[in-house]
Amino acid sequence: MDKTNILLDKKRTEIIPDSFIGRNARNRLFLGVVIFFSVLTISMVFLIIGTMLFKGYHQINWAFFSQTPPNTFEAMMAKSSGNIIPGGIVNGILGSLYLVVIASLIAIPLGLLIGIYLYENSSKKYAGVIRDITDILQGVPSIVIGLIVYLWVVVNVTKGYSVLAGSVALALMMLPLIIRSTEESLKMIPDTLKEAAIALGTPYYKVILRVLIPTSFTGLMTGILLAISRILGETAPLMLTTLGNPAINWNITKPVGAVPLLIWQFYNDPNMVDLIWSSSLFLMGFVLILNLLSKWIGARRRI
Amino acid sequence: MNTDPSILSIENLSIAYDKDKLAVKNVSATIKKNAITAIMGPSGCGKTTLLRAINRMHELYPNISTEGKIKLYDENIYDMSTIKLRRKVGMVFQRPNPFPTLSIYENVIAGYKLNGINLKRSERDEIVETSLKNVALWEEVKNSLHKKGNFLSGGQQQRLCIARTLAFKPDVILLDEPTSALDPIATAKIEDLLVDLKQNYTIVLVTHNMTQAARISDNSMYMYLGELIEYDETTQIFTNPKHTSTQNYITGRFG
Ligand SMILES: Nc1ncnc2c1ncn2[C@@H]1O[C@H](COP(=O)(O)OP(=O)(O)OP(=O)(O)O)[C@@H](O)[C@H]1O
Ligand SMILES: [Mg+2]
Repeated sequence: MDKTNILLDKKRTEIIPDSFIGRNARNRLFLGVVIFFSVLTISMVFLIIGTMLFKGYHQINWAFFSQTPPNTFEAMMAKSSGNIIPGGIVNGILGSLYLVVIASLIAIPLGLLIGIYLYENSSKKYAGVIRDITDILQGVPSIVIGLIVYLWVVVNVTKGYSVLAGSVALALMMLPLIIRSTEESLKMIPDTLKEAAIALGTPYYKVILRVLIPTSFTGLMTGILLAISRILGETAPLMLTTLGNPAINWNITKPVGAVPLLIWQFYNDPNMVDLIWSSSLFLMGFVLILNLLSKWIGARRRI
Repeated sequence: MNTDPSILSIENLSIAYDKDKLAVKNVSATIKKNAITAIMGPSGCGKTTLLRAINRMHELYPNISTEGKIKLYDENIYDMSTIKLRRKVGMVFQRPNPFPTLSIYENVIAGYKLNGINLKRSERDEIVETSLKNVALWEEVKNSLHKKGNFLSGGQQQRLCIARTLAFKPDVILLDEPTSALDPIATAKIEDLLVDLKQNYTIVLVTHNMTQAARISDNSMYMYLGELIEYDETTQIFTNPKHTSTQNYITGRFG
């Protein structure tokens, strides 16, 4: 096409306004819609946090972290005399921590090993199969995982609801997340770094332990923390595996309380409603801290 | 060709990544001690493969097959343990690759650390200082030895990587296009450094840069399609090449 022609065309589009509404107006409309939905989303988040803070804060005190929940009668008495509900959720807090620690002990080493295996053998057929299975596991509804673990562990191993069963269920939920994040963060390491270590005569297992893992440490940590924060609020699988426990328990073959289980329990008891909010607040605060921590670690990622 | 003692002798070496396609074809050559040997040739001619075969880094590729021998002094390197071999034959890569989680100091002695060799503090300090002085980096980093190396420039990082290789006191240093990621000033520094280092080390250098080969190497190999076409003193190769293929390459007609 002729050069002058293009120039002329350009001028024309500038002079003649766009057909229906002007371009400026359309831009402004689009911006308005974007802002509207952003504000909507943000206000939802603040509404959730605000509700929990508003309804939950007055139950947060020392007893909340150090005592077990009251029975429904005690709660009713306190409410009718205008006091806050006595007791707390220490059995749930300690139980949740117990479950998370045991689940992590199972899922972290296993997840790291499988992740490293996938990274090392990424093109092998067997690795592809494992990767598919991992994806499937990630898609299994948590209630189904609960059912399976009920059959495996509750019925056959501990002969009853137990910390072990709950931890296995949570570990199964953590596993795919950790496997994937391990493989992904190892993949981000340039091959040249591995070669540098090998060229120094380093035995291969030491290349993994002393170069690959430290170099991808932030990535691995981020994945682990996200997996933990993901399972902290899980309720359904725990109902089928650990049941809950009104007292503190350290026996791994016995049931244990957990914060999300307590929330469900409080929900079913009209006298305990106030404790729902403070427990939710606690749970959300905890998850939020883990998330921020993993963001902070992630932001310090090198290479 | 001159008659200095040789350190490496490559005997009928053939390497294939996949069964039928040879990347290095029946190469034989002896490499002189305390000299810089350059390997030149157009892209894909097998320079990297040949270089990596000298410390068996090529074996990292899963389906690779190797025939022939490389002797270091009188020992066939394919009979040695790779760990022992790689301590005697160090390697510097195209892109500087210091370990990002280690400090400058730790990077220099990384070879010892990674191999679990414990050194006394005084020994370590000495190795770090001499290695960094050898690569002319000591003055620039002596006050930040315990900082991570990521604030260093590309050229400084590459010198750090050379120091890391030197720290192990190898006999041979292999370098694969070590300056291709660097600017001319940093390149000149590395070239000067290599010329200094040949007093104590044998250097094998893959380079795409013919003027670099001409400036610093004593002997040059010219490879084409996996074959070693010509191998001679560098001045000979550049002033009086015997093969037309070599001549075409050095006059810039292809490559
Ligand atoms: N990992 C690999 N798998 C299969 N073939 C490869 C692999 N690496 C290299 N090759 C092939 O081997 C031959 C030699 O490659 P090599 O990397 O040694 O060449 P080069 O001379 O170093 O090239 P360049 O100058 O581009 O770095 C090429 O034909 C290349 O396609
Ligand atoms: Mg190459």
